[in-house]
Amino acid sequence: MAAAQWRKAMNSAAAASAARGRAATGSSMPVHRVPPAAPAPGEVPSAASDVWNELWRFVASRNLVVLLALVVFPLVASPFVTFQVGAQSLVLGMIALSLSFLAGYGGMISLAQMTVAGVAGYAVAVLGHSSSAEISLGWPWWVAVPVAVVIAVLASTLIGWLSVRTEGIYTIMITLAIGVAFYYLVLQNYSVFNGFQGLRELKPPTVLGIQWRDPVPFYALSLVCALAAYWLVCHVVRAPFGIALQGIRDNPRRMSALGYSVVAHRVAAYALSGLIAAVGGVLLAWYNALMSPGSVGTGWLINILVIAVLGGVRHPAGAFLGALVFVLLQTFAIDLIDRERFNLVIGGVFLAIVLFSPDGLLGLWARLAARLRSGRALTSNQRRQP
Amino acid sequence: MKVTTTKRIWVRSIVGAAAATALWGGAWAQQGQPVKIGLLATLEGPFAAGGADGMRGAELAVKQRGGVVAGRKIEVIKASSDAKPDVAVNSTRKLVEQDKVDIMVGPLSGGEGIAVKDYSKTQPQVTFINGGSGAQGTTLTNPSPNFFRFNTDGGQWMVGLGKAALAKGYKRTMVIAEDYAFPYSQVQGFMAEYCKAGGKVPVKAWVPLGGKDYSSVIATIPKDVDALLVVLGGADAVNFLTQYENAGGDKPMLGGSITVSQDVLNYKGKRRDSLVGTLSAGPLADAYDGADWKAFVADYQKTYPVSAGGFPSPSLFAYVYYVNMKAALDGLAAVNGDLSGNQAKYREALSKMTLKTPNGDVRLDGNRQAIGTTFVTEVVKDSQGNLFNKVHSKVDNVDQLLGMKAEEFKIGSRDVPACP
Amino acid sequence: MTRRSRSLLAVWLLVGGPIAIFSVWALVQNPRLYVVTLLNGLTLASLYFIVASGFTLVFGLMRNVNLAHGSLYLLGGYVGYVVAARTGWWPVALAAGFLSAAVAGLAIQWLILRHMQGQELRQTMVTIGLSIVVADILLWIFTGQVHQMEAPGFLQGPIRDIPLIRAYSAYRLSLLFMGIGIGVLLWLLLNRTRIGTMIRAGVDDRGMLSAAGVNVNLLFAFTFALGAGLAGIGGVIGAVELSMVPGEDTRLLLASLIVVIVGGMGSVVGAALGAVILGLAETFGLAYAPTYSVVITFLILVGVLAFRPRGILGKAA
Repeated sequence: MAAAQWRKAMNSAAAASAARGRAATGSSMPVHRVPPAAPAPGEVPSAASDVWNELWRFVASRNLVVLLALVVFPLVASPFVTFQVGAQSLVLGMIALSLSFLAGYGGMISLAQMTVAGVAGYAVAVLGHSSSAEISLGWPWWVAVPVAVVIAVLASTLIGWLSVRTEGIYTIMITLAIGVAFYYLVLQNYSVFNGFQGLRELKPPTVLGIQWRDPVPFYALSLVCALAAYWLVCHVVRAPFGIALQGIRDNPRRMSALGYSVVAHRVAAYALSGLIAAVGGVLLAWYNALMSPGSVGTGWLINILVIAVLGGVRHPAGAFLGALVFVLLQTFAIDLIDRERFNLVIGGVFLAIVLFSPDGLLGLWARLAARLRSGRALTSNQRRQP
Repeated sequence: MKVTTTKRIWVRSIVGAAAATALWGGAWAQQGQPVKIGLLATLEGPFAAGGADGMRGAELAVKQRGGVVAGRKIEVIKASSDAKPDVAVNSTRKLVEQDKVDIMVGPLSGGEGIAVKDYSKTQPQVTFINGGSGAQGTTLTNPSPNFFRFNTDGGQWMVGLGKAALAKGYKRTMVIAEDYAFPYSQVQGFMAEYCKAGGKVPVKAWVPLGGKDYSSVIATIPKDVDALLVVLGGADAVNFLTQYENAGGDKPMLGGSITVSQDVLNYKGKRRDSLVGTLSAGPLADAYDGADWKAFVADYQKTYPVSAGGFPSPSLFAYVYYVNMKAALDGLAAVNGDLSGNQAKYREALSKMTLKTPNGDVRLDGNRQAIGTTFVTEVVKDSQGNLFNKVHSKVDNVDQLLGMKAEEFKIGSRDVPACP
Repeated sequence: MTRRSRSLLAVWLLVGGPIAIFSVWALVQNPRLYVVTLLNGLTLASLYFIVASGFTLVFGLMRNVNLAHGSLYLLGGYVGYVVAARTGWWPVALAAGFLSAAVAGLAIQWLILRHMQGQELRQTMVTIGLSIVVADILLWIFTGQVHQMEAPGFLQGPIRDIPLIRAYSAYRLSLLFMGIGIGVLLWLLLNRTRIGTMIRAGVDDRGMLSAAGVNVNLLFAFTFALGAGLAGIGGVIGAVELSMVPGEDTRLLLASLIVVIVGGMGSVVGAALGAVILGLAETFGLAYAPTYSVVITFLILVGVLAFRPRGILGKAA
């Protein structure tokens, strides 16, 4: 079969299976879902009907409930919870999303996602305004932020290029080493990165008269960015590129034989995840109001992995779920257990998840739901995800 | 997704209940209500032992008042960090915005102090008092109107050492220190005096943070220096001494404020006797025979015996946290517990008061930075052959500019000051 | 000249040329510093080799990136410290460090990793989780204080009256001999014993080894225990020279990573080569350009990755 024909078939089959897949993952009310009829093989569904179907599915689905909850949340929660729990989960979730995209759909576990976020954060500090007037260039935000994101995407592409030419298992080691190299660079260099002190007083700009660092505006900003990232990932994995990437994850040799450039797809995946991590990094710099070597040290590199695995790398929502659990533990642990033993708790939870539920909390949920459902329906033509 | 929603509902309702209670409770007059003091120290990471002792020092100050000040009960809410500025700000934010503390005491490390100072500018309704951080920039550059530091900074801790070193005949000194803000301030404090009086520092060796291999640095020690100024933590100093001795080195040492600690005094190497005469400087001296100091040490040892995890003698961290917490409480007593009007009276009391500490009086300067006492100590051997730090001299009224004019004072960095 | 030997020559010139120029300059300027730094680098390399050889053995045979290797180093070091403090005998501490880490490694492999055969990424993540947990437990027990172990009496102090460098640390020099000794022992194990042959065969083709009737599970357990034990013994040795403190585990893990990436996975000779490169780079960097010494190290790593992704002596998968 020619590659183009195969791609078309994958497109239509993917759209159909995605509908069935979404119904099977985490749903408890399958009767409300209206799966669209699978198009005949070879027939290309038109873009317009595709979008309309998607919109209809969205409105009828639980996604709307969650979205409403997220929007209403800051109105009922205290500013502290909105900012420290809500916004921080969204921002960390975005960075973890970039990792779970690479890991879940690309099969490459990169520990350098926080590094990419750090590059973006430092870039926005150096190019924009910070406490170190002799370092910061003072560019306006609408120049500094896009340039910072571009720099971070380039960095991510470079990291990807360095990491993809070897086996998958090397990726963890190599990205960890690169991440630590960046940490030492920003720690030791004072002329650009201001070394140990880092760059402080990083504020989002006052646009449209709104102070964007206030809890509710910042939460809204993070929510919009997080939703955009989520939608981007969901869309990309059903696009030809995403399908090819998953194919490369499963069997690179076969994909290569089919004519796909394995290296190019992987590097492009790194670039895309770099985009998400970069936006997350800029938001993180604004959230912390500072960028220091501690933000990109080994601890945080591993924490992002913990967050992604905690939630489950198979679905983009897992990253945000993991981030929420992580932030809740981090913020309220001192009230419940010894804050000093936070690492033990989070490490233990991570270990438990990897040992007993490698798909993370989402996987646990899916299994629970499947078990509950199996009691009801004896016959079902819905393909259950394992 | 349901997990998230459920969790969100749970969190929201708890928070809503807490907010309602806080609103309702806060509507009352403050008289008689407990005063909430947040306490932040590094309980994780490399400074964990110091952070734990810092908390002990702060709690000692509370215990000395019986847990009550001006008729109000003292409620201490603890938080921890791991010497990273962003974690410190997160923990502080929780204490200030979630637990709604009135006064905040902390943090411990220099980098955290600067980040918390930045945060304090966004929370004008809370008074922030330092814990143990000793970075010069905290109160010198862009000071915050509600951030008070009742302990002297790293540079102030070295005043007097330069003169003492020259008096011993050390005309050329090499500096070996870790490459970050606190050692910079210590070296600056030493060199400001030393260079002015004619001393020379031909080489400064900045060891990367966390590095334990001093062999290369030791190899670069020139033959013609008279002494080595070693600004490393106590245990790292032992490491350095061992490696130095093994490499055949024999030059005398000058110590930073945390260098000549119990670890170094218990050094069992062959060159132990050469440690006698080592000069050092800091805000306290274990063997100081002032009555207030002795009473403080006895109180610490009684409240926190070694079996319960205390140190044999209060450490630097215990002392500075004690001083800062004592200041917070003394200020409260001075205004009779009145924190109304955005704590205006309280802050004025803090700015104007003379704090009585175990080592003398402390006042604040225009940037709310302490002016206090520095001790220069010397290692001596007692009759049983044990080494201890004897007080060599005492310098009072050390201010943050080290007696220099504002124009000539420069915050310490890798290359500043320099007198090769 | 063939194309391959020409490119090899180019590499030698590109890399060796600047090094030679630098060496000549440094020798002329301060010969003592150069020679001492060279010795420092080789001795540090010995420590790195001891720790990294265990890491590369485990990866080569089981394709498992054991990121808990640093924690095993820390565990061995702390146990050795406690034993040395109690008994006062350093060789006993060495043995205790080796055994405790080996037992821990055996437990990890037998109880946990054995059930995840073939899921390499999952195994690696388990080791990450274990490293976090073990590091925090050790922090809990031993607190953040620095523990400095004493060298055995006969190794304390400097060796004096050496020409040119005047004096050098006896213990540090002994590191070199320990590294060489362990290297020779490993070589003998791998090349002259039956179990070594099995390990080498397994590194080349695991499936075939199993088909040939070898109990692969036992072999894996043995190898993991050996690798962990090497980390533990490295911990005891390092505790004297570099002292034990939380944070050393990450440092030594990263050093092992770099050594193995540069030298090649699965190859003990590659680990030796990588260790020498890393040790020399670090010490020369610290002596001549301390500010960016660590970055120089990583630049070497990046350079090797860019041009020889498998490492210098690495085998194709």
